[in-house]
Order: sequence, then C-alpha cells, then structure tokens
Amino acid sequence: MSAALRAAGLALVIGYCLAPFLWQVITSLKPAADLMTLPPLVPARFTLEHYAAIFAGHSFVRVIANSALVAACTTLLALAVGAPAAFALAMLRVRGRSAILAGMLAVSMFPPIATVSPLYLALSTLGLHDTLAALIITYTTFSLPLAVWLLSNFFAALPRELYAAARVDGCTALGAFARVLLPLAAPGLLAAGLLTFIFAWNEFLFALTFTATGSARTIPVGIALFPGLHEVPYGEIAAAAVTVTLPVLALAALFRRRIVAGLTAGAVKG
Amino acid sequence: MSIERELERPLWYLLPGAALLAAVTLFPLGHVIWLSLHKHSLLAGPARFIGLNNYLRLAADDRFWNALWNTVYFAAVSVALELALGLAIALLLRRAWRGRSLFYALILLPWAVPTAVSARMWEWMYDAEIGVLNYLAGAHVNWLGSPAWALNAAIAMDVWKSTPFMVLLLLAGLQGIPPDIYRAAALDGATGWTLLRRITLPLLAPVMLVALVFRTIDAFRVFDAIYVLTGGGPADSTETLSIYAFKVMFQGLEFGYGAALAVSVFACVALAALFYARLMRGTVR
Repeated sequence: MSAALRAAGLALVIGYCLAPFLWQVITSLKPAADLMTLPPLVPARFTLEHYAAIFAGHSFVRVIANSALVAACTTLLALAVGAPAAFALAMLRVRGRSAILAGMLAVSMFPPIATVSPLYLALSTLGLHDTLAALIITYTTFSLPLAVWLLSNFFAALPRELYAAARVDGCTALGAFARVLLPLAAPGLLAAGLLTFIFAWNEFLFALTFTATGSARTIPVGIALFPGLHEVPYGEIAAAAVTVTLPVLALAALFRRRIVAGLTAGAVKG
Repeated sequence: MSIERELERPLWYLLPGAALLAAVTLFPLGHVIWLSLHKHSLLAGPARFIGLNNYLRLAADDRFWNALWNTVYFAAVSVALELALGLAIALLLRRAWRGRSLFYALILLPWAVPTAVSARMWEWMYDAEIGVLNYLAGAHVNWLGSPAWALNAAIAMDVWKSTPFMVLLLLAGLQGIPPDIYRAAALDGATGWTLLRRITLPLLAPVMLVALVFRTIDAFRVFDAIYVLTGGGPADSTETLSIYAFKVMFQGLEFGYGAALAVSVFACVALAALFYARLMRGTVR
C-alpha cells in the first residue's frame, strides 16, 4: 500500500470517528440565532450561553451528581464483590469452576429487557423505586460477570505459591488475599473498574424504568428526556451532551491501554 | 487449620457475588417466565394463570413479527457492516507507526459516548430541515421521518458507535499472528491478496467469531439507540423486540404479555449464542 493512500485512509477514519462529536461541539457553541441556519458550518461568533443555561437550573447538576454517585458506588461494589470471587475461582479449589465461569458468561448475555419488569416489581415492593440504590444494586450485579472474568485472568497469572507463602509468613487468610494478592492484581482492578464505571455512566434502560423524578435520574435519561417546551433546544442538548461525554473521554484517553486490554482480554484468549 | 484445607474453602469468597447474581438476574428470569404464563396487568388487578395463551397471542400478533423482523434486520446489517469496516480499519492500523497510540485514543471516542447521547447527536444531524447531513449531501431526505430510511439511519449510527470495538478486537487478533508466517509465504511468492485470503483471514477467524458473538448479541438486545433516536417510529418501522416489549410493559402496563415478548428476546439471544457456539467448535477443530 502506498504511503499516500494509507495516510488518506487514516485521515478518513479519524474524520469519520470524530466528525459527529465535533459537530456537537460546534453546535453547543453556536449562538441561538445561528442554530437554525446552514451555511455557515462554523459560525462567525462563538458563545457559552448554552452551557450557562444548562448549569443555571440545578436539575442538570443534580443529574450529573446522581450519575457520578451511581457510577462510583457501582464500581467500588463490583470490585469489592468481584475481586474475592475472582480470587477464589483462580486460586482456590472450586468445584465446577468452568461451569461457574460459563454461567457468568451466559448471565452477561442476558438481555436487560428480560429482567427489567420483575426487577421493577421487586424494587417497587421493597420501596426502592426512584432511588439511586436501585440502580447501584442492579448495575453492580450486571457488571459482575465481566469484572470477575477479567480479574480471574489476572489472578490466574500470579504464582499460586504466593498465597501459601503469605500464610506461612503469618498473614491471615483474608490478609493474604487483601495485602499480598490484591495489590498484584491492580492493573486488572483498574481495567475492570474503568469498564464498570463507563457501563454505569452510560446505562439507559434500567435508569429509565427505575427512576421517575429528577431525584434519582441519571445522565442518559436526563439527556433523552431533555425538556423542550415549544421547540427542541438543540443548543442546550449539545452543551449537555458534550459536558457528560468529557469525563468518559478523559478516562478513555488517560487509561486507553487498560481499557483496550480489558475489552480485548476475554475475546482473544477465547 | 492447614493452608491446604483452607484452599478448599472458597465459599465465603464466592457467596456475595453468587447471592447478587441469583437475586438480580436468575430470580427475575424465572419470574419473567412465570409472568409470561399469566394475564397480569397493573390496571386489572391480580394475575391470572392462562398457560401459553400469551405465546399464542404473540404468534398471531403482526406487530410482534414486524418487531422481530426489524430486530433481525438491524442486527444482521449493522453487524455485517461493522465487521467489514472494522476489518478494513484494523488492517490499515496494523503496522506499527508513530502517533499510533493517539490514534487509538481518538477512535475510542464513538465507543465512549453514552448511547443515549449519541442518539441525540445523530437526531440533530439527521434533521430534515436543518440537519448537517442533508446540507452536506445537498439532499432533502427525511431520514428519521420516513419508514424506508429510519431503520437504516439507526443502523448507520450503531455502525459509527460500535466499529471501534470491532477494530480493537481485530487488531488484538492480528497482533497474535506470528510475522514468520508472512515471511515464509512471501518467500514462496505470495503477495497482497493471497496473503490476506490464505493467511490473515483464516488465522483471524476465531477472533472474528468472538467479535461477532459480542456484537450480534448486543445488536439483538438493542434498545436505547433506537428508543432515543426514533422511539420506534415512524409507523413502527424501527420498533425492535426490546422496544415493543418495553412499550407493552411500561406504557400499556401489561406485564404478562410484555413478559412473553421479553422471553422471546431472551430466546433470540440464546439461539444466536448457540449458533455461534457451534460455529466456534467448528473452527477450533
């Protein structure tokens, strides 16, 4: 392949991936008067009025805070529950280990729509409808299979003698796991944590179903139901879209290697 | 207690996760099957057992068959396009070069944007009057308003969003092919196309299959992308199984019939998974 052709191909790929988001950025900076006219593609004047508008009412800030809280709690819980399970599956003698792992894989393929109505009924009965706890419990569970799968790969790569050595040196069983093995699996914890966080930040169906008011609404639902009294406020939607995407983009850019490793780990090993 | 004995006591480590999975995934799955055998409407009082009647109703429901067709069409077309495009991009990226890691970060962007957000982004670009797509193409297509276009418009959005995942998996697969094989084949006089057809594609097949499994199952479950983009309209032309089931359950409050629809989504996903599992056994052998 000639170098020029290759460069053109790469430019095309970059353009394809970035253009829709860049258009959203431009839209979010366009004065309201310019929104309904094309051309020009790029306005003569930029404004932050749409950003000011979404942050003026406190509902958008509340929605962001909800999402941050849900995603952070989900990540911590999924790791707290997933890491011991992954450790046991990789290092302890578990009967039916491969059946358990296969079962986890099957659970991760469950269509959310199949479980959403019983969960809705159960959460309502427990008085958890329209609470952040409902989302945290659900997200933690649905992200467990991936977290356990990823982490057990990491634990399995550690030497098995480590556990026994730590015990001989006087660690308790839990201490050997928490103080010796867990730190060694830190890259795995990071990868699993990032993917869990992004999943919880982006999830829509459960968030739409389990929440009813602004008090527990998360970002995807807030954006989907963005209020428009008379006409669709595209400038403000664009500003909101850019704002809520930035944290995920920052994570993706900072931890690209970990995320890519996490996404591809299960697939390539089969 | 000896350390040897301890290694045989994994229960406490597994228990919390097992309890969560049982309570939040397995129990609801059983419950939804139970619900699908009942007439259970939140408006009409207590549930009544009606056997397989919900499934009979399903078989005679044109809207169900329409939704099933839309789901299969969406999954087949979007996944095929993602595989083709993903393969092309992965082959373009495979050679090591400077700036590659920045490039990786950039192509992760569509994957990182929350689906509901990207649906609103594309809704704005698709706008018939002031959308940038019509402006750039010099066209006046009512992308989301016409039944002929709307589902394809949703597919275009999904392809944009999901191709990066495909690229990453395929790249990882490509890097697993030992370079020596190419050198040997080149010595034998093989060039471009032959190398691709005889070496790259066959050796990449297992990874391609795994990527297809993930993407197909995701596509069969599609909900938020289409729900936010078109809400299933116009005239149900983009209504997939998940969206139809959601509407029956949470707008019509018919939990019994909705459960039968939900079970049908589950059955579709399970069938797709079994189909791929068979294929995979074939390639491994």
